[in-house]
Amino acid sequence: MTLSFQAAVAGRGFDVALEVRPGETVAVMGPNGAGKSTLLSSIAGLLRPDSGRAELNGRTLFDLDGAPHTWSPPHNRGTALLAQEPLLFPHLDVLDNVAFGPRSAGASKRAAKAQALRLLADVEADHLAARRPAELSGGQAQRVAVARALAADPALLLLDEPLAALDIHSAPLLRRLFKRVLAGRQAIIVTHDVLDALMLADRVVILQDGRIAEEGPTRTVLERPRSSFAAGLAGLNFVPGTLDGTGVRTDGGLRIAGHDDEPGQLPTPRGSGVAVFPPSAVSVFLTDAHGSPRNSFAVTITDLEPHGDQVRVRAGSLAADITPAASADLGLVPGMTVHFVVKAAAVSVYGT
Amino acid sequence: MAQQRRPAARPRTHAAAYSGIPAWVRVLAVVAAVVVVLPLLAMVLRVDWANFIPLVASGPSVTALGLSLRTSAASTVLCIVLGVPLALVLARDTFRLQGLLRSLVLLPLVLPPVVGGIALLYTFGRQGLLGRTLDVLGLQIAFSTTAVVLAQTFVALPFLVMSLEGALRTSGSRYEAVAATLGARPGTVFRRVTLPLVLPGLASGAVLSFARSLGEFGATLTFAGSLQGVTRTLPLEIYLQRETDPDAAVALSLVLVAVAVAVVALAYRRPAGRAGSGQRTTAAAPAEANAQ
Repeated sequence: MTLSFQAAVAGRGFDVALEVRPGETVAVMGPNGAGKSTLLSSIAGLLRPDSGRAELNGRTLFDLDGAPHTWSPPHNRGTALLAQEPLLFPHLDVLDNVAFGPRSAGASKRAAKAQALRLLADVEADHLAARRPAELSGGQAQRVAVARALAADPALLLLDEPLAALDIHSAPLLRRLFKRVLAGRQAIIVTHDVLDALMLADRVVILQDGRIAEEGPTRTVLERPRSSFAAGLAGLNFVPGTLDGTGVRTDGGLRIAGHDDEPGQLPTPRGSGVAVFPPSAVSVFLTDAHGSPRNSFAVTITDLEPHGDQVRVRAGSLAADITPAASADLGLVPGMTVHFVVKAAAVSVYGT
Repeated sequence: MAQQRRPAARPRTHAAAYSGIPAWVRVLAVVAAVVVVLPLLAMVLRVDWANFIPLVASGPSVTALGLSLRTSAASTVLCIVLGVPLALVLARDTFRLQGLLRSLVLLPLVLPPVVGGIALLYTFGRQGLLGRTLDVLGLQIAFSTTAVVLAQTFVALPFLVMSLEGALRTSGSRYEAVAATLGARPGTVFRRVTLPLVLPGLASGAVLSFARSLGEFGATLTFAGSLQGVTRTLPLEIYLQRETDPDAAVALSLVLVAVAVAVVALAYRRPAGRAGSGQRTTAAAPAEANAQ
């Protein structure tokens, strides 16, 4: 009872292999254009990949490697898709929208409506049954869309940024609803929000440029990111390079000293590795403040922005968080050259 | 979203927003309106109101009007049956020569109807492409009521295809995709999602097709002739009457104008209930906020 999926779309540079175990919710994250929607569309049958094969619970969704090709149309796949917009059928009332799946599966009108009412009650929207979609708020409509997707009794639920279009008041309510609905359910959720991945998913898959950059349990990926995107999600500085003792040497020749995060785990020297450290561990000096075991490197400030009660000093891909008072004392402005200083003890080094 | 709709619901006042239209544009706009309205007005002024009813209710006129309504209704049905699939294929499929097919289908819009009539004659006429085969089967289409319906369908089909294809493109295929992932077969999607969503577009397309059929003259005359009670529709009757009884021609013309006005009003009236649902959305938003 699993989804096993492998597909390539040449035109989009997409080549991904993915498994979802029974009852597992996988979060898919990645920058825009990384192939997240291509992944969902290929699984749902709305997009035909150039090659690959996929199976869901022992049934073939598509097999474009064998001859002859097999291709199961979307309505036979049991993969309900819930998009960013609720896309409730505007000409049907809420009850008929939710009853659409059961009706399409051949249920009688009465049975379909009874099931629709049950699911509407599940998402606390049964009082909306007689309304038209145009009469619902964004949060209400998305709740109804959840009920409609569940009513189709999908073997795999595909969620494409289901919380992205909601205002800040409706999103938490929906997130709690998804937490309940997704428990023990086989699902893939595409999201931009770390909170969704942490709360809703067992595992996270990072897509970058049409390929899986890294995957693993959500906590592990956020604590020890192996891709720049995951590091960005976790709010960590991420310096890739070559392992050099307990440090990392970048292509530019800069060496960042750190500590071996899991002693004895570092692979052979000269392998590729990363140095990862939080912006809060970085101090900013106007002059070079050398002295082991510190790292100090000259950078040019690109941006200053508020970050909580701190000021985030950005210099290219690196960031430091300092107090507004410190920022004012140093007279920081974009374009200025300063020194980022970070203790080796605050830098995690590990192989990738 | 509900917040943004609120200004639209406010009643319009005379303190209109800045429009940026130059004065000379307004002048030309008035001239354009006059070009359309003045001839109609001139005709209405020429109507012999005292004898209007007897003129319109004369035997041949009533026969012609009845024939016109029946053939136009038949061709509108034919346009819907054939035009809906064509519009769907043009809007949703992708295939080779699609652009060419679309151009060819829309050709009758710009073709002189008499040319269409000749084309039909060489297709269904006794010596035509299909006509000879049909003749063997004992079917003669040219110069029959069937020919009238065919001629009207030929000129009216593009109206339905065009407005329906536009509606299909506007509504997009996202609802259909969702319906399919919910387990609906293509037939179910078509019946329960696609058709209801484009119903307004289909309705206005059908109304336009009906109007075009009702006014058909050139292709009908060429392909179907002018046999009273069989192929002489109201426009043909008006043309004939003009020679012998101009007053009758004017009166019958007014009947066609009245039908046309009704048709246009039907096709372009504002979709009902939209403003109302917007109001209710605004009312629903605070309720949702409270619920949380």
